[in-house]
Amino acid sequence: MTQPSPAPVVEMRGISIEFPGVKALDGVDFRMFPGEVHSLMGENGAGKSTLIKALTGVYGIDAGVITLAGDEVSFTGPAQAQAAGISTVYQEVNLLPNLTVAENIMLGREPRRFGVVDWRRTRRRAAELLEGLNLEIDPNSLLGDHSLAIQQLVAIARAIDVQAKVLILDEPTSSLDADEVAELFRVIRSLKEQGVAILFVSHFLDQVYEICDRLTVLRNGKLVGEYLTDEILRIDLVQKMIGKELTALDELEQRARSSVAAVEGQDVSDPAFASARGLARRGAIAPFDLDIAPGEVVGLAGLLGSGRTELARLLGGIDRADQGTLVIDGRQTKLRTPRQAINRRVAYSSENRRSEGVVDELTVRDNIVLALQADRGWFRPIPKKRQEELAQSYIQALNIRPANPDALVRNLSGGNQQKVLLARWLAIAPHLLILDEPTRGIDIGAKAEIQKLVYSLAENGMSVLFISAELEEVLRLSHRIAVLRDRRIVADLVNDDLQVEALLALIADGGGDGDGGGGPEDPDDGPGGATTDAPPEPSVPPGGTEPDPTPDSTIDLSGARR
Amino acid sequence: MSAVFARLIASRLFWPIVMLLVLFAINLIAFPGFFAITIKDGHLFGSLIDILRNGAPTLIIAVGMTLVIATRGIDLSVGAVCAISGAVACSIILGSPDPANGATVAVAVTVALAISLVLGVWNGFLVAVLGIQPIIATLILMTAGRGMAMLITEGQILTVNSPPFKAMGSGFWFGVPIAVIIAAVVFAVAALLTRRTALGMLIESVGINPEASRQAGVRARGLLFAVYTFCAFCAAIAGLILTANQTAADANNTGLFLELDAILAVVIGGTSLAGGRYSLAGTLVGALVIQTLVTTVYTVGIPPIATMVFKAAVVAAVCLLQSPTTNQALAGFRRRLALRAGKGIAAS
Repeated sequence: MTQPSPAPVVEMRGISIEFPGVKALDGVDFRMFPGEVHSLMGENGAGKSTLIKALTGVYGIDAGVITLAGDEVSFTGPAQAQAAGISTVYQEVNLLPNLTVAENIMLGREPRRFGVVDWRRTRRRAAELLEGLNLEIDPNSLLGDHSLAIQQLVAIARAIDVQAKVLILDEPTSSLDADEVAELFRVIRSLKEQGVAILFVSHFLDQVYEICDRLTVLRNGKLVGEYLTDEILRIDLVQKMIGKELTALDELEQRARSSVAAVEGQDVSDPAFASARGLARRGAIAPFDLDIAPGEVVGLAGLLGSGRTELARLLGGIDRADQGTLVIDGRQTKLRTPRQAINRRVAYSSENRRSEGVVDELTVRDNIVLALQADRGWFRPIPKKRQEELAQSYIQALNIRPANPDALVRNLSGGNQQKVLLARWLAIAPHLLILDEPTRGIDIGAKAEIQKLVYSLAENGMSVLFISAELEEVLRLSHRIAVLRDRRIVADLVNDDLQVEALLALIADGGGDGDGGGGPEDPDDGPGGATTDAPPEPSVPPGGTEPDPTPDSTIDLSGARR
Repeated sequence: MSAVFARLIASRLFWPIVMLLVLFAINLIAFPGFFAITIKDGHLFGSLIDILRNGAPTLIIAVGMTLVIATRGIDLSVGAVCAISGAVACSIILGSPDPANGATVAVAVTVALAISLVLGVWNGFLVAVLGIQPIIATLILMTAGRGMAMLITEGQILTVNSPPFKAMGSGFWFGVPIAVIIAAVVFAVAALLTRRTALGMLIESVGINPEASRQAGVRARGLLFAVYTFCAFCAAIAGLILTANQTAADANNTGLFLELDAILAVVIGGTSLAGGRYSLAGTLVGALVIQTLVTTVYTVGIPPIATMVFKAAVVAAVCLLQSPTTNQALAGFRRRLALRAGKGIAAS
């Protein structure tokens, strides 16, 4: 590792920011060197985003000094910070899908001639930038036609055009697959060589260790320390982030493993709580059979876009199945709405917790009682006292922070929002709980808590369908695992000492199509892909008419109504 | 002290109430007897009573509009529904042999209200079932509704001579204007119905995040039907009061531009047009601000042709005060104040 040049490009000293009632940052020091990838680590609510927003001028600071390349600066807005060379690419790509790649890259600073936009130079400049990053993207193609990963790279191209000295990447990899991450890392490395200081924020420890030279750890708004990645062990890092020993997860693993055998024993005698036969929805998921017994955790493993979420949405009544049968609790059911599913005590917790989960301008209490209240009907309000009890008990049980039932959910961190959402579903006492990526984008502490919760719920007889992109997590929690590939279930395995490698092989095994058939963001390559036994009609209509757009495309028109 | 002040400023009702007080002050200067309320012939009289009485129709519609707006919707057809209900009532009263009979009036009012329910269901159908954007969906009835009213009145201004009907608009009950009593009842019913049940929370939930609400099992469609129907019902009540006050149904002018006043009242009251959290109390203040404004124009002696400009200025002021940018600036100001206060305490 090259020694960074002695003068930091960014130096923040003693930064404090206070919000009403909360000290978001408390005397934090932070620095970045040119030509270095730096990671900001910490749990949700540690102050990472606040620090980034202080650096990019979104928030004003209450105390402290920020220097950029030796000069003290004080930004009053993101535009100023950008002009000074600090560019940010956010988790949600803030670009315009209906414009071309070139237009997106140059938007707002198109070269002009005689007062009008010089389109030829615009396109040429965009092409140069893409070339500089070694990206083979047609500048004249529509941005929306590309996968999220490409869009993210375009966002980076746009960011570095502003002569960025500092590039901030906030959770850039949270919805990318391995190949796309590799591509992103290649771009990051080449920028690094050009002397750009890169701030890389991610929850994936593997990635942090792969790409970062230096780490700064925050906890509860305070600085824990700054470390060289090479010099800190993972286990130490995790401890510094959460500030306590992390043995809970190991224990959990032991317990889960030992209980597998027990559930297997029951399997024969207990009828399944939910049982699907040939359930399918055209363009979303091929006919599948699935049984979930009481007290059983069934994991779904597969790549993004393999049909995990689509399957879960059918069981949760979010989308309607167009063929097959579903038996819930011994009764054949056709779920037409989520409401009917909830009525049968089946709860689906969406992977998109912001857009489909929490109602962010309502309070924690309202969010927790929402499903229960909707189920009771509006004319039978839950008494205020009961609401308070419910909220308090779940806040305690799930350790929701801040522990204030009147706080607006909007102001909670991602992990706490997820817990509020979980509390909502637990409040209706479901028999089958479908958790779609409940641990995505949340910190390790909250993750462990949610995993423990899943485990104890199942122990008390609840059926759980658990979806996660992290195979380790699926393996740790599930009694049985259904593997999905290309929108069908390709294996249904009892988790009897299954190994990650075995699962990976099943997930990836596309009959020589090792890449898994293109990026996960464009599932419409079904006919041309590896599946030979696909239904005769094209499984997904081309273009944007797909009934259920990939839930990960964050450039969703949020107003979309069904 | 400053904490209390900060909380006051943060309240959504702060600026609307300030606005109302400022208007009162202007009136008081121009007309010292502004606050005087006297009893003449057993009825309450005074400028404030006039404001309440004349503001009643706007308030009634604004209450319905508040709930519609809370669901991310808007109802442009309320003015037209006013005209229709007035036209229906008047034509029934005119067509009856005994216009002064209380039963006749009761039938007329009931039929007018029943028709408004149908109109509301129509709006609800367009929005909730067909998924048409509310502004477009209700625009249909806004334009078509005037035509329907015109058909009912056959293009005439229907003047009725029916004391019981007239009482709805200009009568008194125990000294209080009947229109004010009706408005109070509508307001109370809406408040109790939404805040004493879970209706209010569910409406807000749908307004903030329709898809999340659907997945949580909220019957969004039913709620939309309910709010549009209620809004049309409110509009019909307001239409009856307006028509009764004039003792005439005018298909072209009854309730004209009232939808804008109602939306304005809601917005001044701090309910966001983006839907979500709403405040009926805010709407009440908003409606009073609008009506006081109109009164002020007369007491201060502003020429009637300048009325619209004056109104626009006030609206602009309120909107500026409520804009996110202003709020952010104020929040920053508050934070610095609090910090300074905190430092002061630390130093001492």
